[in-house]
Amino acid sequence: MNVVTTLKPKRRLGRVNVPKVTLAHGGGGKAMKDLIDDVFIEAFANDALAPLEDQARIGLSALAQHGDRLAFTTDSFVVDPLVFPGGDIGTLAVCGTVNDLAVGGAIPLYLSCAVIIEEGVEIDFLRRIARSMAATAVAAGVEIVTGDTKVVQKGACDKLFITTTGIGVIRSGIDLGADKARAGDAILVNGLLGDHGAAILCARGDMALDSTIESDCAPLHDLIAAILKAAPGTRFMRDATRGGIATVLNEVAAASGVAIEIDEAATPIRLEVKAFSEILGLDPLYLANEGKIVVVVPPDESAAALAAMQAHPLGRAAALIGHVKDGEAGRVTMRTVFGGVRIVDMLVGEQLPRIC
Amino acid sequence: MKYVDEFRDRDKARVLIKEIEGLLATIDIAKQRPIAIMEVCGGHTHSIFRYGLEGMLPKEIELVHGPGCPVCVLPMGRVDDCISIAERPEVIFTTFGDAMRVPGSKKSLLTAKAEGADVRMVYSPMDALALALKNPDREVVFFGIGFETTMPSTALTILQAERDEVPNFSVFCNHITIIPTIKAVLDSPDFQIDGFLGPGHVSMVIGTGPYGFIASYYRRPLVVAGFEPLDILQSIWMVLRQVKDGRANIENQYARIVPEAGNEAALAAVSRVYELREFFEWRGLGSIDHSGVKLRDNYAQFDAERKFAIPGVKIADPKSCQCGEVLKGVIKPWQCKVFGSACTPEVPLGALMVSPEGACAAYYQYGGIKHHVGAA
Repeated sequence: MNVVTTLKPKRRLGRVNVPKVTLAHGGGGKAMKDLIDDVFIEAFANDALAPLEDQARIGLSALAQHGDRLAFTTDSFVVDPLVFPGGDIGTLAVCGTVNDLAVGGAIPLYLSCAVIIEEGVEIDFLRRIARSMAATAVAAGVEIVTGDTKVVQKGACDKLFITTTGIGVIRSGIDLGADKARAGDAILVNGLLGDHGAAILCARGDMALDSTIESDCAPLHDLIAAILKAAPGTRFMRDATRGGIATVLNEVAAASGVAIEIDEAATPIRLEVKAFSEILGLDPLYLANEGKIVVVVPPDESAAALAAMQAHPLGRAAALIGHVKDGEAGRVTMRTVFGGVRIVDMLVGEQLPRIC
Repeated sequence: MKYVDEFRDRDKARVLIKEIEGLLATIDIAKQRPIAIMEVCGGHTHSIFRYGLEGMLPKEIELVHGPGCPVCVLPMGRVDDCISIAERPEVIFTTFGDAMRVPGSKKSLLTAKAEGADVRMVYSPMDALALALKNPDREVVFFGIGFETTMPSTALTILQAERDEVPNFSVFCNHITIIPTIKAVLDSPDFQIDGFLGPGHVSMVIGTGPYGFIASYYRRPLVVAGFEPLDILQSIWMVLRQVKDGRANIENQYARIVPEAGNEAALAAVSRVYELREFFEWRGLGSIDHSGVKLRDNYAQFDAERKFAIPGVKIADPKSCQCGEVLKGVIKPWQCKVFGSACTPEVPLGALMVSPEGACAAYYQYGGIKHHVGAA
């Protein structure tokens, strides 16, 4: 089903014949057209993008077949380094927006891609990033249908920034919200926590720690579809990106006016990430994830939701980590492996490694 | 994690807590008032909160969070000096992560960085030295901070810089020593501590000998403690046993890391590179004699204080701050007038709110401000 109208016949794509991006590639002339053709159109290749109109045109009736509400979201990606174990800024830019749509119960459909490029970036590198965006988009079942390219002077941005905006359609009858958690609900996560944050910190090389930790960056639309099928009463889902699961748990506890207690022993964290956090004095509950969600489900559906997650490749290590409780509204606590209880508060700023 | 999980075993914790309860039942003063035990080191404070130890201990034990967070006790004037060095265009200023948020009189290093200063987080002083070699046209300054735990690594880096003849590396030395600090707490007129948990990693360097006076002169027990929760529980039990027996000894619970005589090589590097300052200013505690070290004249070329003109202005602690009373255990963090209102981890007024090892930040983050505000 092609819901996007093709407006013009396909034309021959331009080519870039220099190794690096210069300000000429942002000048609006032939050089810019060639860059867009060679790097982005070539990689994203779809009928909607080919005409290069100023906007993608999407048929409403076809959208309406997926559900009854539009979901619309945007996110910017400025990750450093641009390539890291388990992914790159391109995979991140697609997964991030796809996941932001999917956790709202939406079927992700279309993305935009706006890039800001610092002059001097290698064209081959851009091709690589565009290709990884394209491959991730295929995996996520979305099309990149419109975009924009800007080139800025050296120093005006850090090599490459990407903004993706996404449109999806929310399934009829699904109404998820951070304010919907009730006492007794189960808190689930779909796997090992903190991998992305730890991988990025290691990849920056400041810590002089070698590790095998890879980013968990992945599109979660299919896993989420499986959860919603198994547990249609699901109250809430959110991807635990910056700020980690601690932040998501605080947000849902505050919005629902409930308390949450999680169990440290049940919280799945990879041994390497635990060790990494120990050495640096970081708390893995606050480390970023790019392929992990927190799911709140009513008690009678928790077993079904957990089974559906564990049956999916992106949820094999899924676990029930805690429960929503009556108690002080907004309070998140953790029963520690040691048997004590501690508060898990919102992170104030950035986590900084401790001195000793 | 091997050699870590073993020290976090909840079944063993239950047994130890039962033992502690049993001991307390035989101590008469515990029936009149709580037994106050001060953990000197910020690392212990962090573990206590991280594992929820306070809530597991019987109410007859009161933990007092002492002055052993080097980030917390740094006075504002010194932070201002740091920033004045960091803001010089030729300087790359390198620092441990948690020192970046400490407020000076106008700003923190984090703010200075946002305004354009080249401030970089490093994990070891050797990383700073490597940066100096990589950037021969810049001056690389390392922010030397910490007790005897981090003092040797800074000293060894300076010795390496001397061997490699690195002209563009220097240290802004704010290293402090633990013994005069404990003595200042002991001499404080409102002192009311029954025993101490001694700092584990400082002791790994200095050994257990230097604490002798605490037992012999001040008649207080001190147990050098490890940082895992079972270490801390066992150390508390060891202090209580001394209280029960009416003894005051220096004991070593952390023997797997801490040799009685300390680390000879580390101590040799320390005494080669540093000498005691006559006095050093502490946030919350004021000036303490011989509590800080500076670089010896032989290493003047690596001393940022001599290399760069620094303002060196003494700035008084904010009046409303009660960090000193908290540090000495006279009041609990939440009893401070500004705790959680004018002073939060977001906008720390007092130093104890800055580092996650600071008692106030730990209470705020792990202890639950609402709970304690209610209790105060």
